[in-house]
Amino acid sequence: MSENSTNGGYIARDWTRQPSAYTPGYKTTVKRSPQAALLSFPTTLSEETSPVFGHGNIGKLDNDLIHNFAKPGESAIGPRIIVYGRVLDETGRPVPGALLEFWQANAGGRYRHAKEGYIAPLDPNFGGCGRMITDENGSYEFRTIQPGPYPWPNGMNDWRPAHIHFSIFGHGFSQRLITQMYFEGDPLIPLCPIVRVLNDQRAIDDLTAPLDMNRTLPMDARAYKFDIVLRGRRQTYFENRKERL
Amino acid sequence: MAQKLDYLKESASQTAGPYVHIGCMPNFSGISIYGGDLGTSMKTGQVSGKEIKISGVVYDGVGAPLRDAMIELWQADAAGLYPSANETRGNPDPNFTGFGRSPGDPVTGEFVFETVKPGRVPFRDGRLQAPHATLWIVARGINIGLHTRLYFEDEADANSEDPILTRIEHQNRVPTLLAKKTGEAAYRFDIHLQGPKETIFFDM
Repeated sequence: MSENSTNGGYIARDWTRQPSAYTPGYKTTVKRSPQAALLSFPTTLSEETSPVFGHGNIGKLDNDLIHNFAKPGESAIGPRIIVYGRVLDETGRPVPGALLEFWQANAGGRYRHAKEGYIAPLDPNFGGCGRMITDENGSYEFRTIQPGPYPWPNGMNDWRPAHIHFSIFGHGFSQRLITQMYFEGDPLIPLCPIVRVLNDQRAIDDLTAPLDMNRTLPMDARAYKFDIVLRGRRQTYFENRKERL
Repeated sequence: MAQKLDYLKESASQTAGPYVHIGCMPNFSGISIYGGDLGTSMKTGQVSGKEIKISGVVYDGVGAPLRDAMIELWQADAAGLYPSANETRGNPDPNFTGFGRSPGDPVTGEFVFETVKPGRVPFRDGRLQAPHATLWIVARGINIGLHTRLYFEDEADANSEDPILTRIEHQNRVPTLLAKKTGEAAYRFDIHLQGPKETIFFDM
């Protein structure tokens, strides 16, 4: 292999747009945050490669949360929505073949989980998870119900804004990301201690999906657009000098 | 004013939360779907190399095990090749995925990977790195996934010339990256989020 012939590695992460580990407003971080500085290194093959997930891994209903856990002929309860968008990297190029996994509470704000104790009821027809792989343009689309907000034990009266969790695999393990999508106009967004771990309003705006009436299916489902940006690869025609770090 | 650089910004991370298993390991959390969870097996047939088991626990700053974490592992095969679309150096073991996912045990927090001892992979300048696996830890209370590396304590020679291990300023922290050999084919790798034994985490 010629040295670094294919790429210059991943662009360094912009930590001003990422949350600190220690954010006491979100109490659980206090004892779960590393205190030493992270050790910075340029990426190596170990971070520039990533597992391959093919369409063979994905079932037909995996991106339809309204039906993928429902009894035959039934569907999940709640406001029907389509969530769509693209996965791009920081250089603006689409990321095809990215695996997206998403999970969420039901319309009442209740998760299907043994440790979940909120009084809102489970929906027997809603599991709360889905997944898909982006197409050659980096695009994805799934159907679900709009999740409800819910209270959580942190402060005395903290509520999560409605949100959908996303887990994303790109082309390199250094692009690995888990984040959350919020809904435009939700008054709980600026109040939420988990949102407030971000101290750049632009980072919060980038996690907030706008309503898209043009993509909405009349008499069926509203649409929200959520683009996701993964770390980008450095581009150059010049070879890197030998790095004797 | 100068021209604008037209880069986008990486989307901000948000915690995986307490219910990450619903999305990433739904069958583990009792939601029967997909025909199984991704990453539960790293072998799809007879693999090359030495088969090993890696287990450990993630501890918080008061020494309590995390029982709601998800740990991912990514590594090369026994020949040092990655089962990745980006691997251009040769053909990786077709029966090895290189990717594992483990939920902490709901009671003990223990994670387990049944894998193979990875081969050596070149660093950016061509020098060989010591055998290692990349680990990524997410959980409630972790705002951005924690990236670390697992090396093997019984690879002393390779470790002593590893381009990353040898560059760590606080050499007394290097043992936090070494899996201990606990059996003929078994290793232990505990992860400490805080405290005197705090694991080294990377920004790579």
